[in-house]
Amino acid sequence: MTLTAQPTAAKAPRRRPSRRQLTSSDRFIYALAIPLALVLLIYIVFPMIATVITSLEDGGAVYQDFVSGNSRRALALSVGISLASVLTSGVVGTGLAVLLTRFAFPGRSVLKVFALLPLALPPLIGAMSFYYLYGTSGIIPRLLHEVTGLPASTLSFDGIAGVMLVHTLTMYPYFYLSVSAGLSGSDASLEEASMNLGASRATMWRTVLLPMLTPALVSGALLTFMVSMASFTAPQFYNVNTLTMRIVAARTSGAYDLAAAQSTVLSVVSILFLLLMRWYQNRRLTRSMSKGTPQAVRVVQGILPRLGAAVGSAVIVAILVAPVASILLLAFTVNGTWTTQIIPPEYTLQNFVEIFTHPRSLRPLLVSSQMSAVAMVASIVVGVLTAWVIARWKGKGAGVLDLMIMLPWALPGTVVGVNIVTAFASPTPFNLGQVFIGSLWILPLAYFIRFVPLVFRNAAASLAQIDPSVEEAAQNLGAGPFRTLRTITFPLMAKGVIAGALLAFVQGFGEYVASVVIYPARYVPLSVEIYNRQYSNDLGSAFAYGSLQVLAILIVLIISEILEKPGIFTRRRRRGTDDATAAATTA
Amino acid sequence: MNSVDLENITKIYGGTTPSVDDLSLTVGDGEFFTLLGPSGCGKSTTLRMIAGFIQPTAGRIRFGERDVTALPSHKRDTGMVFQNYALFPHMDVTGNVSYGLSMRHVPKAEKSQRVAEALDIVGLGGYADRRIDQLSGGQQQRVALARALVIQPSVLLLDEPLSNLDAKLREETRAQIRLIQKRAGTTSVYVTHDQSEAMAMSDRIAVMDAGVLHQVGTPREIYRRPATSFVARFIGRSNVLEGTVEETEASRLAVRLQGGEVLFAPVAAETVSSRVAVGDQVALSLRPETMRIEPAADDTATPVGAIRARVRMTEFTGSSCVIWLRYGEQDLLATIPDTDDLPEEDQDVMLRPDIERTWVVAP
Repeated sequence: MTLTAQPTAAKAPRRRPSRRQLTSSDRFIYALAIPLALVLLIYIVFPMIATVITSLEDGGAVYQDFVSGNSRRALALSVGISLASVLTSGVVGTGLAVLLTRFAFPGRSVLKVFALLPLALPPLIGAMSFYYLYGTSGIIPRLLHEVTGLPASTLSFDGIAGVMLVHTLTMYPYFYLSVSAGLSGSDASLEEASMNLGASRATMWRTVLLPMLTPALVSGALLTFMVSMASFTAPQFYNVNTLTMRIVAARTSGAYDLAAAQSTVLSVVSILFLLLMRWYQNRRLTRSMSKGTPQAVRVVQGILPRLGAAVGSAVIVAILVAPVASILLLAFTVNGTWTTQIIPPEYTLQNFVEIFTHPRSLRPLLVSSQMSAVAMVASIVVGVLTAWVIARWKGKGAGVLDLMIMLPWALPGTVVGVNIVTAFASPTPFNLGQVFIGSLWILPLAYFIRFVPLVFRNAAASLAQIDPSVEEAAQNLGAGPFRTLRTITFPLMAKGVIAGALLAFVQGFGEYVASVVIYPARYVPLSVEIYNRQYSNDLGSAFAYGSLQVLAILIVLIISEILEKPGIFTRRRRRGTDDATAAATTA
Repeated sequence: MNSVDLENITKIYGGTTPSVDDLSLTVGDGEFFTLLGPSGCGKSTTLRMIAGFIQPTAGRIRFGERDVTALPSHKRDTGMVFQNYALFPHMDVTGNVSYGLSMRHVPKAEKSQRVAEALDIVGLGGYADRRIDQLSGGQQQRVALARALVIQPSVLLLDEPLSNLDAKLREETRAQIRLIQKRAGTTSVYVTHDQSEAMAMSDRIAVMDAGVLHQVGTPREIYRRPATSFVARFIGRSNVLEGTVEETEASRLAVRLQGGEVLFAPVAAETVSSRVAVGDQVALSLRPETMRIEPAADDTATPVGAIRARVRMTEFTGSSCVIWLRYGEQDLLATIPDTDDLPEEDQDVMLRPDIERTWVVAP
């Protein structure tokens, strides 16, 4: 030690005082933040601004068109459908959550497994399956027609009703998840206290449980509203002119400035909702203070109620499974044979054989998987590093980075598509001279923008589990900032990041809404191909592609389950004992 | 020489109140040195500045003759034991303990030998392949210690390493840490808020409060000759009475208390008692075990060298009795050997402190 004393001691006083507050690892964080912020600015923020600028090119005249023309009606329709979706999804989701967390009845465990199935539906093929299940020539109306004799068209869901059905059955999980979490986070002793003080069960619900569930209901509502405003596939199938439909229509008819204005309006609404949601969640309202008291689960008793519950559960499970089942069923249809029958009369494996033997049919699969894989790699790099920088940032400024990377999560896919084609149409200083229109790279770029928030959030969640002192320990033992990241932080984050990245991959694999705006003619992605095949009455191969998307999602879900195994195992075991003790106390 | 020198260290996080205020101290080579104080006193901040996790706002840190103020933490060659151990959860015991050696590019054969030795020293010889989550809290603590010691650091830093252990294990482990440290002769800086832990383990202790260093000394010095009323109250139990210096002599002081009584204290070189003049405000630290209790007759005036107090409660603890007293607006404590003839509650008594063990402190 003493040998090196003189030179270092002599050098020390020349340090600039302003830098003395920062340690070297602080400086490393700030240095890393700069390229990340640039990437987010160029690919997320500037494209949004480019769209705004395009919409203002003629001095805002296009906004007058917007206000006076169809766009205003489309906006009103979008808002109306979204509000209605919040209501219907809210009723279904909350009802299911209360039923499954607070009542014990035959069929409960099966129902619990299938309640989240709608989240596994890829957007385009999901909407298609509803169309062929409940639409005018769908399976259910035909079946009911056969049974009741009423005309199938009066029994079907079409137009706005069709959109509402799709929204309700695919968006209720947002309520189901938040309310279930809220209910299991609430404490049975609070309810007991209320009833002990003289409240009836109904009064207890009104005065204790509902106020405690308000945060869950509000976040479920905001999320449903945002997703519903962004919805494009369901309106497209039922030909309902929502704002997203108008944007694509304007874009395809060459009215770029109108499309830009519509996108800007939709972005503003979505971002407002994102900000509202973050503000609301940061307030952190009522939280139960105590922990670990068992849930008050009420056992349904009596033969008739139990029978009713069992039949009801079976019906709900059937409704939830029906879309996936119909995708699989229709994947084996012989094209042109399904005319007026309830279900297709003839089945074949040919649809799948064709996909894997004809290079032209295999191409969309390759395009989507490869483009999505490229996007996934980019999302991992940017998402993980941004999460780390934000987590270890000292002082103000991290919020800006966080907002930038979460922006695309709020933006509808249609708007992301319009932003990209607007920003990367010709070389400008803001896009660093990059032109992506008609290029292969536009697809991975879109998938990266849309799904980097997913990887980022997963990475941030796994980082939150890591104690910062573990990184300090590594530095203390002689590892520099890079080595600490490589040997400690990244290995510890790996599981969560892989799960998030796979989810991002599979979402990109099924992506339709932005793809349809931007795809280059030579590289048709899978979902666009599905739409085209369905449009040209090649139903069998459209659903065969779709069933491959479902399969991909299921594989990813299974892998994530395996990755999280130790955690899930312990959680389940504890919940199991909770239920058991609860049943014992109420029995 | 692996000494640690802190020169005028100040740390200000946002705002103006410093977390550590102009702290200077020297930890000698091979010394076991403790930073002691209540939570928020700046002791952990000081330790983290020595480790290089926090950069001081002003001041300089030296290891021996080497100025390390600007050196990043991974080049400082300190070994730290964290409060929550901070073990790498994705590595086994060997992976954790060998990590620092890998960073130093120690050859493989030597590395495995040193890891085995380190594990033997902390008594975890058979645990080399265990995963971290298969270990008990005490075992994890020892892995953390082995991980810090195996790199033979210039300075060993320990941040409340025992606070997550239960009482019995804590006492065993503190003895073990001290023995290992003595054998290795590693300069160590230990942070704790537990005064008995500090007294039991340390060569010297620095007592801190609100970012300010109150006193540095051996455990005995700090207990017997506290420098400030904070130290007197924080280390062991003490009755602190404020007053004004009335008279100074070569060997003793007379202090007039606010209630008018006069008590005496010895003058000791290089302490507060040797620096005061008549009229200065001081405080007297009276340890409970140095008080003698005498019955007080109702009509007699309080004699010089004693105070009058009222008994509130007596507690029998086995070997001794604790007497809770009220003196003016202040609560006092006295511990006396057990006797059948305890003063009764609500009775007035005369307290006569042992002059030689009465100590003058800064108020």
